[in-house]
Amino acid sequence: MPPLFELRDVCFNYDDIPALRGLSLAIAQGERVALVGANGSGKSTLLRLLDALCFASQGSVNFDGHPLTAEYLADDQFAFAFRRRVALVFQNPDVQLFNPTVFDEVAFAPLQLQWPKEQVLARVSATLELMGIAHLRDRPPYRLSGGEKKRVALASVLVIDPDVLLLDEPTATLDPRSQSHVIDLIQEWKGSSKTVITATHQLEIVEDIADRVLVLEAGTVAASGTPAEILANHDLLLRANLVHAHRHSHGGVVHSHPHIHSHSKHEH
Amino acid sequence: MKRGFLEATTMGFARALTRAMLSEQIARQRGLLQSLDPRVRLFGLFLLVLAVTLSRKMTVVAALFALALAIALLSRVRIATLATRVWLVVLAFTGVIAFPAIFVTPGHPVAVLGPLTITEQGLRTAALLILRVEAAVTFTTLLVLCTQWTHVLKALRALRLPKEAITMLAMTHRYVFLLVETASQMFESRRSRTVGLLKPAEQRHMAARTAGVLLSKSVSLSNEVYLAMQSRGFRGDVQVLSDFRLTMWDYCGLLLFLLAGAIAVWMGR
Repeated sequence: MPPLFELRDVCFNYDDIPALRGLSLAIAQGERVALVGANGSGKSTLLRLLDALCFASQGSVNFDGHPLTAEYLADDQFAFAFRRRVALVFQNPDVQLFNPTVFDEVAFAPLQLQWPKEQVLARVSATLELMGIAHLRDRPPYRLSGGEKKRVALASVLVIDPDVLLLDEPTATLDPRSQSHVIDLIQEWKGSSKTVITATHQLEIVEDIADRVLVLEAGTVAASGTPAEILANHDLLLRANLVHAHRHSHGGVVHSHPHIHSHSKHEH
Repeated sequence: MKRGFLEATTMGFARALTRAMLSEQIARQRGLLQSLDPRVRLFGLFLLVLAVTLSRKMTVVAALFALALAIALLSRVRIATLATRVWLVVLAFTGVIAFPAIFVTPGHPVAVLGPLTITEQGLRTAALLILRVEAAVTFTTLLVLCTQWTHVLKALRALRLPKEAITMLAMTHRYVFLLVETASQMFESRRSRTVGLLKPAEQRHMAARTAGVLLSKSVSLSNEVYLAMQSRGFRGDVQVLSDFRLTMWDYCGLLLFLLAGAIAVWMGR
């Protein structure tokens, strides 16, 4: 079976600053992939490229056998089919919550995809219930807490039940309870046909949310493997700025070792 | 530390945010205006504003002002809220504009202040102008106070205002709060790192730099928002839900608004 996403030698620059440099990867349908890397490693840019919000300046990006180019996306039929199948949750929920109320926010995507009104109403209500935010239905976004905003942002894409979910730092800035809610949600999709690609720099959650980890370093894939393989490779994690050498003393002996920060566990 | 003009303005916007939240509480109460369909409210109050503007007689404008008061009371809007938020502000601004009319309007003199003569016609003109603006702004404020912002937008859509204009209004309302919050956080952060008083020139530089950073932030935010819209299927034509239904009560309200407006225009000719 051909991969769902296939990227070959992809380059992308922000003005003169390179964000992706000759990146190649393939992601199969139903895979749960974690993109890990330090700040500025190209995770968010890669997600935008996969969501066809920006296009490669060099190289090729294919989705289900179709090239993701500005020309292809200009075709309404292809664009609607693509947007129906692929959805992105942005890192900053304020960017994604631009409607006057939570209800309007969740209804935005199905309305733009021109679903019938009755279907929109039914799906929005079901999604609000699923995400436990039905009580926020008429609330404007500026009156939501950080955790509530993130849930609404997730609901606003889950409402169309996309085949591919692109999540940009879904648990960043969330309290532990909201974090575990998001992780539980991603775990529920394990074994389904849903493809989930999550960008994160929180190593402690990758075992829960992914079957494969891609380590990004300076705009290219530095390593790929199972979460256990990647997390065991301390040299790689140190080089990619995902862990730091932690120095402390036992008795009079000072020693150092890689250190992973975690809210749920503290690994030595 | 003493606050500069820009900082004070930003804090003023932040207070406006709090007021906007208070408005939503009023809009959720049970009252006369709140019981009507938002389209009827919007159309009816617009009609009364038009009637105020077209009326030339003081008695008619005063009657419309009294009607605004009655609607406010029946809609559970506190008179004190109107007085502080509307009447005093309008009096200050319109008073400045109306003040010269007291002296320059030719007519029967009622008092002489040195070289200036106050005329009866001048007093009438100034009073009519102030009362007219007070009444018109009171009707408009009642609409804003008694209607959730989302319903105002939906009502505008139902009244065939272009979708693009409504989307712009909605997003401006949404993001102005976010940017004001960002600006006040920037000022707070600056204050926390500033010891003593800055010279006026330094303050101006600081304010200019803050404005520049805020502008770049807003440009970046607008680009991001556009991408977020595109990601969810936006193709340049916003699709919205409009699910208002008119009841018999709404038709009665509409008829009363029409009657009041028509009588005021006819009597105020």
